[in-house]
Order: sequence, then C-alpha cells, then structure tokens
Amino acid sequence: MADIMTPALGESVSEATVARWTKKPGESVRKDEILVELETDKVSLEVAAPADGVLESISAEEGATVEPGAVLGRVREGAAASTPAAAPAPSAPKVAKPAPAAPAPAPAAAASAAPVLAPSAQRIATEGRLDPAAIAGTGKGGRVTKADALAALEARAAAPPPAPAPAAPREAHAREERIRMTRLRQTIARRLKEAQQTAAMLTTFNEVDMSAVMALRNTYKDAFEKTHGVKLGFMGFFVRACIHALKSVPEVNAEIDGQDLIYKNHYDIGVAVGTERGLVVPVVRDADLLSLAGIEKAIGDLGKKARDGALALDDLQGGTFTISNGGVYGSLMSTPILNAPQSGILGMHKIQERPVAVNGQVVIRPMMYLALSYDHRIVDGQGAVTFLVRVKEAIEDPQRLLLDI
Amino acid sequence: MSQYDVVIIGGGPGGYNAAIRAGQLGLKAAIIEMRETLGGTCLNVGCMPSKALLHASELYEAANREFEHLGIEVSPRLNLPQMMGQKDESVAALTKGVDFLMKKNKVERLLGRGRIAGPGRVEVDGADGKTVTLEARNIVIATGSEPSGLPGVAVDGDRIVDSTGALSLSEVPKTMIVIGAGIIGLELGSVWRRLGAEVTMIEYLDRICPGMDAEVAKTFQRILTKQGVNFRLGSKVTGAKAGKSRVDLTVEPAAGGAAETLSADRVLLAIGRRPYTTGLGLETVGIVPDARGFIETDHFRTSAAGVWAVGDVIHGPMLAHKAEEDGVACIELIAGKAGHVDYNLVPSVVYTTPEVAWVGRNEEQLKTEGRSYKAGKFPFAANSRAKINHETDGFVKVLADAATDEILGVHILGPQAGELIGEYCVAMAFRAASEDIARVCHPHPTRSEAGRQAAMGVEGWTMQA
Repeated sequence: MADIMTPALGESVSEATVARWTKKPGESVRKDEILVELETDKVSLEVAAPADGVLESISAEEGATVEPGAVLGRVREGAAASTPAAAPAPSAPKVAKPAPAAPAPAPAAAASAAPVLAPSAQRIATEGRLDPAAIAGTGKGGRVTKADALAALEARAAAPPPAPAPAAPREAHAREERIRMTRLRQTIARRLKEAQQTAAMLTTFNEVDMSAVMALRNTYKDAFEKTHGVKLGFMGFFVRACIHALKSVPEVNAEIDGQDLIYKNHYDIGVAVGTERGLVVPVVRDADLLSLAGIEKAIGDLGKKARDGALALDDLQGGTFTISNGGVYGSLMSTPILNAPQSGILGMHKIQERPVAVNGQVVIRPMMYLALSYDHRIVDGQGAVTFLVRVKEAIEDPQRLLLDI
Repeated sequence: MSQYDVVIIGGGPGGYNAAIRAGQLGLKAAIIEMRETLGGTCLNVGCMPSKALLHASELYEAANREFEHLGIEVSPRLNLPQMMGQKDESVAALTKGVDFLMKKNKVERLLGRGRIAGPGRVEVDGADGKTVTLEARNIVIATGSEPSGLPGVAVDGDRIVDSTGALSLSEVPKTMIVIGAGIIGLELGSVWRRLGAEVTMIEYLDRICPGMDAEVAKTFQRILTKQGVNFRLGSKVTGAKAGKSRVDLTVEPAAGGAAETLSADRVLLAIGRRPYTTGLGLETVGIVPDARGFIETDHFRTSAAGVWAVGDVIHGPMLAHKAEEDGVACIELIAGKAGHVDYNLVPSVVYTTPEVAWVGRNEEQLKTEGRSYKAGKFPFAANSRAKINHETDGFVKVLADAATDEILGVHILGPQAGELIGEYCVAMAFRAASEDIARVCHPHPTRSEAGRQAAMGVEGWTMQA
C-alpha cells in the first residue's frame, strides 16, 4: 500500500485545500498520473500517484484542509481495479514489552469508513470546528483520542487563523447565484485590504511619448528576434527604465519593517499577469543583471507558467517592485494598488494616439499615461514624481539607458 | 513415548487456560496436575472457596446487623458445617467444569507430579507409582505458588494455619490473629470476624495492603476498624508457640524494641506467596530461579529453548486472572501468533465489604514517575443507589493525565468495586479520557454512576455532589 502524501507547500504556507480528485476509489491509476489538485494561498498544486495500481481509499475529501505530510489517500500497488477492500487484516504486530501500553495500532483503513472519535474528541472537533477526517488518530486501530483532538486544535491555533465564522447566508433566490470564492481569490481579497490599510497609499501620474521606443522596435525587432530567439516587446524597456529610476529614488525599492526601513540592493521586479483564476505577480529575479533579451525571455517564461497554472511558490515570493499593465485591457488611467510589502508599483496603460504640443506645434503622438502608487510613509512626493520623470526620460530617450543618465 | 506440541505442567488458571487456548488453536496438548482436581490454588484452596465463604458470611452479617433496620426480623444461627459443605459442593462443580473444558478442547489430562527431564522431555510420576514420559516441542511451566513461611512461626494446620487451613476451620475461633494485613489476610480475617471471631491483624508495614492507593488504604482501614477489626501496624512476629487451645505470639515493633505476647485461639499466617518449583527438574534444562524463587522470562520464554513459564511462577501480580492472560498469550506465541499482556491493565480486587478494586497507576506511583495528573473523587454516600442500599462507605477516584485527560488509574472502594472496575479496564485499553467516561450514559440508579461522577470531577464538573 502506498500513501499519497501532501507535499511541502512552501515556507509560511501551512495548509492547503483539496480542490479536486481526478479519480474515485476503485479506479486504476498509473504512476505519476495526477490524482488530486490542492489549492493554497498562492498556487495550485498537483499531486501524482506514487505507484501503478488502484486508488484504494481517500482520506481527505474535496474541500478538506490538509497539512504538509498529511496522507491524502492510499494506492494499492499492482492490482487491477476492484472494489475497495475493508480494513486490511493487520499482520501480527511484534509483541511489545509487557510494561508499556498496547502495541502500535494497525494502519487505520478508516480512510474509507468514517473516522472513529472518542466522545470527548467529537466534542472538541465540533466546538473547535475541526475536520474529523483530518485529525491523526493514535488510539487503538487509529481511533482519535481526546489527546489527538487537543493536539489538532493546538496545531491549528499555531497556523494562521481561518476566516471568521461567516454569518448564516441568506437564501439565494432565482435572480441570484451564490458561488464560494476560490481560495486564491479569498487570499487576493485579504491581501488587497491589508495593503490598503497598512500603507499611506497615494498615486502620482505622468505621461510618456512612446514614439522613440516604437521606432527603435520597428527598426530592430527582426534582428533582435533572430539573434536572441525572443520577441522584442515594451516590457523589457519599462523594466530597465524602472530599475534606472529605482536607483535614482531608492526608497521606492525599500520596505518598512516595524520601525526600520529595509533598503534593498537587489532588483526583483514583479510583472503582473492576469490568469483565469486571478492576478498573479511572478518575479523576474535580479532584473538589473539581465540584458533586455534576458528580461523579455524571463517575462515570457513566467507568463506561460502563470497561464498553465504551473508557477512555483518561489516564482511569486520576494519581489521588490511591481509593474502592472492595465493597458492590455484598454485602461487609459488608473490607480494601481500596492503589492505589499513593497513601497511602489508602476501602472502602465493603453498607448493612445493623441494630439500633443511639441515645440509649439500640435502633433499626433502615441501616448501612455503612467501611474506610480507609492507608500507615502517611505516615499515623499518629490521622490515619487522624480521616479516617474526618470521612467519617462528613459522611455522617451532610450539612449539614456545606454549612457546610464 | 507420546509426542505433543505443548505439555503444560500445572492445572491452575494459568495452566488450564493455556490448555484451552492450545486446543482452540489446534495444538496437541497435555496438562499435568498432581492434585486430583484441576483448577489449581484458585479453584481448590484460593479464590473460589474464599469467595464462597465471603458471600455466605456477608449474608450472615447482614442478617445480624442490617435486617432489623430493613424491617426483617430474624435471629440467625450459624451452621458452619453446612456453610463449609455448600462451599465444597460449589468448588467440586467448578473443578468438574474444568475437566469438561479439557475434554472439549481435546487436551489430555495426566494425574501426577510433572517434572522436566531434559530438553523436550517431561516425566509424570503417577499416583499409581508408574512414570510416563512425554515428548514435547514446547513445555509450559504453570506450577503456581504456595503460601510463604515466616521464620519462628511454624504452620501446623491446626492452631497455626495458612490460607488453605483458614478455609476449613471446624469451628469459629473466639479470637483470631492474622499475621499480614494484605489482601488474603484481610479477606479471611473478615470471614471469621463476621462469623463471630474477634480478629486482630498484625502487619509489618505501617499501612495495610501495599500496592493499594494510600488514600484508599487509609479509608479502608478506618472502615474495617469500625466493623470491629483490630490493627497492630508497624509490628513483626518473631516467634509463635502453639499450645493445645491457644497460640502465643511474640510481637515486637518492626524497627525493633520491647517484645510483648499476644495470644489467640487460632493464628492465620498470610504474609504472601512464593513461586512453587519444587521437584520440577529445572536444573535439567539449566533454569535457575532468582533469589525469591521466580523464573526469569522474556515474553514467557525462559532461558531454555522450548521452555516457557506463566502465572505465579514468574514476575507480575500473583493473581488468577493475570495467570490466565499469561497462559493465553504464551500459547498464542507458541502458535506463531501475537500474544500480549498489558500488565498495566490487570486489575486488583479485595473481596471484603466494602470491596476494593483498582486498575492502572495510583497517586504514589504517578508522583514517583513525575507524571502530572488530575484527580476526580466521588463518595458513594452521594450515590442514589448506594444510599438506598445502605452501603455508603467508600468512594471512586479517577486519575487522569493533566494535559491529555487520558485515564491513568481508577480506584474504587465501595459496593461491587470488583464488578465496576471492568468498565475502566476496557476504557483504559482504548486510552479513553476521563471526559469520555463522563460523556457515556450510565444507567440510573446504579453504583456505576459514582464512577461517572468521579470522572466528571477530574475536570471539575461533578453534578451529583
């Protein structure tokens, strides 16, 4: 019998929800075939079958909460699909010493049957809103003792507190439809509120003439793609421009931690990507050390992973600054919200041809509004404005990036 | 020469239950017993006859002391020969019952003294003078124990008796001294006190019943004293002179000091029991008992291959039900299965009135082990049924782990304690918490509710007091 285990979920992630089982008990499985999908605060995870065989039993049903290392279910190796067996007859356990307590219980096949809880354990599970199936039972035959329930309660208290008990929902009428928020969306919602309530968040605006970058692109895009094997987009320029601006206004790349400011000497730029499940912000690591091609490639890879739901936790953690592009959806101007605990986020928008005044003449230029939302606790007004000016300068005259001025 | 899978030497609770289990598991078994009847000490000169006398004497005492209050007016007269007669009849029926169980499980029964004659060989010296040799793949020693002796006090079976003799005195002594205030001494002392003797217990330690929870023992002693038992604790007997009609004992303080003489019609020596391995032939397989006569075992295996030992002859509580557990587990191991005894869950019972029973640890043991615990206590005086029955002496005490609430020990002093303790043996086998007992429905009105209230007391929510 092989256990299907909950994998490590990443640092500071202590539990996941079982989103979906792809097989039912009794169905045959192949090694490495995806059996169950888990959802955490940040990512979805897939768990594969540990061996060829038959899905014998499920310990954690859809909707259950599990911790790293928890047994999700069991695969009976080798055999073809058949009706799930009842409790397997335990092989004669080694005789324990007479003095201490009874021998170790046979592995609980209570997976297929309901878990057996002592009356006191049942009370604790009910009062503490624990999932009985998720409590490890150390009593005879895998029964859950009071001690087991108390331990589960303590473990849960040590973990981040769950959402407060929802008020009884009102009945959904025919004109409404009630759908539970996915875990990811609940997390996004929570973090957005936290960001708003923590930082003194303001937004400053500027506009940038994209014609120089667009001309550069038209001239060199084929050669670029031929040489580097990746398309030349705008994001590479903006990432480079932002890094240039961050070096000029370091507070925007810093973070408040209690009473300290942490200035970061590395530039991990998050690039927001919209997916079916919501917005995720994978991070381009050490973007200041990458070439333009390197940046474009990294963004491309991360974008693909995001759309495939294949982002790892490491891809999402530790960014120092974020760029968000509402322009792809048609937004002309907006006030992006900070990606806590960062202190600045650049909002890019739609490139719109507009009449502007240049040298006393009215000309048509492809313009983009830029927004910088910033934490006023660290970044002062002058710093924020200067940041955008630096970005504008670098985009409008890319030679500045070459000369680093 | 006959061949057997297992030959069991000794037909007491250890031996005969091993034999039954062996038969059930399809092993070819033989049991050797030198007494004409099977059942060992327990059936013949221990548990069963003593309980028969305790039951009869308890009713006699109730007739004398309680019936009037209940509105039953009688003047009881004791017919001791009849009391002994009914005891003997019951014992005979029980021993026949064991014979039947041997036949039912196809165990061959040999009458005679069994003796190991080398690896895999047992010789039986029959009552008829013939010797039979058995070949055995496994030999189980279940020869039990006998009353311990005391230097200076010679048991003659007449004026000075051991427990066997105390079960069949021909008349009720006017005065009786019991040397040793352990379970056997207190039970037999109670019998004769109820039948009319003035009983004095002499005990070496400064408390009765070592092994019993100290608080329970103190309360128990107070109750027995109220019943009329006299106690001389912290005293040792250094000599005994048996005359035609009385015995003079030389008694000193345990720590030493001035001696005095105490006299009584009869003296019962009940200071304990020691393993019985006389003439067993242990030396032919290289087994040497320890200083106190016990055979060392590791999961019932002795130092000799193919030789096992169970019951009073090995360490552990010298109780019939422990021997039964040993016997069954040993045979299961011989048969290649998992045999196991949890000695922490073997209960102890004192069949006096009130009864005393306990399982698991007592407070002194937990303190010594440094285990944090909580206690819940409930007196039978507050139990409806006990009150109605006028049996309000005693209490139930439940000890549980301070952190996990797992029950660590239960101690009952009161009516039916021996029956009530079974619930807690099962509960502790499943590692129940005191709260689990508190949350299980117990029938009303029963004494068992006292245990439930005591369990509630562990977490401070006793409801009926």
